[in-house]
Amino acid sequence: MIRPFGIDEILFIVAAVQWTLALSAIAFAGGAIGGLVVALARVSQVRALRYLALGYVRLFQGTPLLMQLFLVYFGLNIFGAGINPWLAASLALTLHASAFLGEIWRGCIEAVPSGQSEASWALGLGYVDRMKSIVLPQAAKIAVAPTVGFLVQLIKGTSLASIIGFVELTRAGQIINNATFVPFKVFGLVAILYFVLCWPLSLLARWMERRFAVATRR
Amino acid sequence: MDYQLKFAPVFDNFGHLLSGLLVTLELSFGAMLLGTLVAIVCAAGKTGGPRPVRWIIDVYIEVIRNTPFLIQIFFIFFGLPALGIRFSPNTAALVALTVNVGAYATEIIRAGIESIQKGQVEAGTALGLKPVQIFRYIIVKPALRTVYPALTSQFIYLMLTSSVVSVISATDLAAAGNDIQSQTFASFEVYLVITAMYLVLSIAFSGLFSLVERMAFNYPLSR
Amino acid sequence: MSNTSPEGRADSAHMPAVTMEGVEKYYGTFHALKHIDLTVARGEKIVVCGPSGSGKSTLIRCVNQLEAVQEGRIVVDGIELTAGPKNVEQVRRDVGMVFQQFNLFPHMTVLRNCMLALMKVRGIARDEAEATARRFLERVKIPEQAEKYPAQLSGGQQQRVAIARALCMNPKIMLFDEPTSALDPEMVKEVLDTMIDLAREGMTMMVVTHEMGFARQVADRVIFMDRGEIVEIAGPTEFFGNPRHERTRTFLGQITGH
Repeated sequence: MIRPFGIDEILFIVAAVQWTLALSAIAFAGGAIGGLVVALARVSQVRALRYLALGYVRLFQGTPLLMQLFLVYFGLNIFGAGINPWLAASLALTLHASAFLGEIWRGCIEAVPSGQSEASWALGLGYVDRMKSIVLPQAAKIAVAPTVGFLVQLIKGTSLASIIGFVELTRAGQIINNATFVPFKVFGLVAILYFVLCWPLSLLARWMERRFAVATRR
Repeated sequence: MDYQLKFAPVFDNFGHLLSGLLVTLELSFGAMLLGTLVAIVCAAGKTGGPRPVRWIIDVYIEVIRNTPFLIQIFFIFFGLPALGIRFSPNTAALVALTVNVGAYATEIIRAGIESIQKGQVEAGTALGLKPVQIFRYIIVKPALRTVYPALTSQFIYLMLTSSVVSVISATDLAAAGNDIQSQTFASFEVYLVITAMYLVLSIAFSGLFSLVERMAFNYPLSR
Repeated sequence: MSNTSPEGRADSAHMPAVTMEGVEKYYGTFHALKHIDLTVARGEKIVVCGPSGSGKSTLIRCVNQLEAVQEGRIVVDGIELTAGPKNVEQVRRDVGMVFQQFNLFPHMTVLRNCMLALMKVRGIARDEAEATARRFLERVKIPEQAEKYPAQLSGGQQQRVAIARALCMNPKIMLFDEPTSALDPEMVKEVLDTMIDLAREGMTMMVVTHEMGFARQVADRVIFMDRGEIVEIAGPTEFFGNPRHERTRTFLGQITGH
């Protein structure tokens, strides 16, 4: 039976935005922790750590996010965790975000002039103090714009969780489309909702990037 | 973990994987080529076009960059038939990938065009070349060289993104994986192998791109 | 000499190469050229000098419409530039230009730099274009650099290629916009020598430069510009020996270091 595309259907899709946001938030939080570890490992003095982190980044940047989702989804099942779209999507997107954020932040850490590190050596600061008080705060300033930019990429990436059965914005659209058969309107609405989420962040990222470029030019 | 990985069913279907790989390659290279053409035209329009043209290109870029590829391909494959535009799955995949990469590449190539010094255009103008000729003969190549690394990372990302076209039953590598896993239930093993194939593809692509770079941009740069 | 006479062009060998009448040029509110009247005869060599921002580059860039003017008439070789885009195209084919920064195309060999406009603007076949290009590279004395790329040449060599590139189009007038200002001192002479040769062969030239030795030796008239105006215009003997205006004297004092 074909349902009309009415107010209930629209509300169902709009309500699903919360799950897209929830999944994005989890993946971003997890990815921030993982990304910091990856970034620090990438600039570590220990050669093995550097290579390990590099391998991790290459692996996740060199394979499709969809395959990463599938592997985690089916892999968890093999490990006895059962079929769990929530867990699989959160874990896969976290691993994915860790690699990307790690690589972005490595670049930011390396952009901090080496004189800053040398000065803190000279002051006798240990690794933790040097990173925590000198290098990371400066890197963080450079990192804000590209990090917001990646957040847009991550929000768009959560749409792939629909393929393993996670009901977020895209999956909600598919469900409604399967009942109403008005794909032009349904996916049009879904696209608009993603745009509303992502566009302000894109503008923010661009604005911060420009402001930063102006600040460093002097 | 009691589970034993079973790769035999995967390798029994290797021919199927290879034909999927071929489609992935066709889609990737097709979209790269077409997307670059779209991008060159749009970038030229954005730098030198009249205001309404620039505005339309801006909307195109922002819409594509701020919506998921999955929704774009759904819209093209399921939504456009409502307007009487109907594609086969593989064609829809090519169209969606082209439209997608075109938007990203436009911004990249525009940055390249803006990096060209004004004197280059003036020299062309003074020699009597028309604006289109100046763009074609003087601007395009040095502009592409400047942004080549950014452009090729975008292309590798495009190849990885192409795995999503399996959702509209295009017959790419990921779709071959879906077929095999639904027949053999060796899901993890299938996707492990396919993921490895994608990884090899990305490595091969970056190798190929640096080879092309050395051949196409073999002129020295001034110090 | 060319004996073609496109329609609408008076066929007179005594017609001036360049005529400017009442030319006004603004950048926004900045008045870059103020009521310029100037006539350049065929075969005449004009040197334009003046402090930076005086409008001297703008003046010669108007001749091939790299800069559009807001008011006045510019006629180049009998073609009224200010009368429409078709005329602009025609004039650009007949006017060669050499820039301060050379502006060679980095992705083309020296030979291809010289062939490009011959093939794409004049529609000349590749073989003939190559022969022409080689002939002019010979003339600027760097035929052996034909297969090299601009980045592999010294500044002086690059500027000579730029001159050859412009000459390939068989121009009736050559514009030089500070051709030696970006060069290391030891390379200035080779470029000036090339320009002197060209002057001897009877080319009509408008040269923006601070090389006063060149002006003395080559110029028929020297123009001094300041704040968008032509302040003084005279033959080199008068110009250097007995400048009439205070501003000219001050300027000459500054650049000759007295």
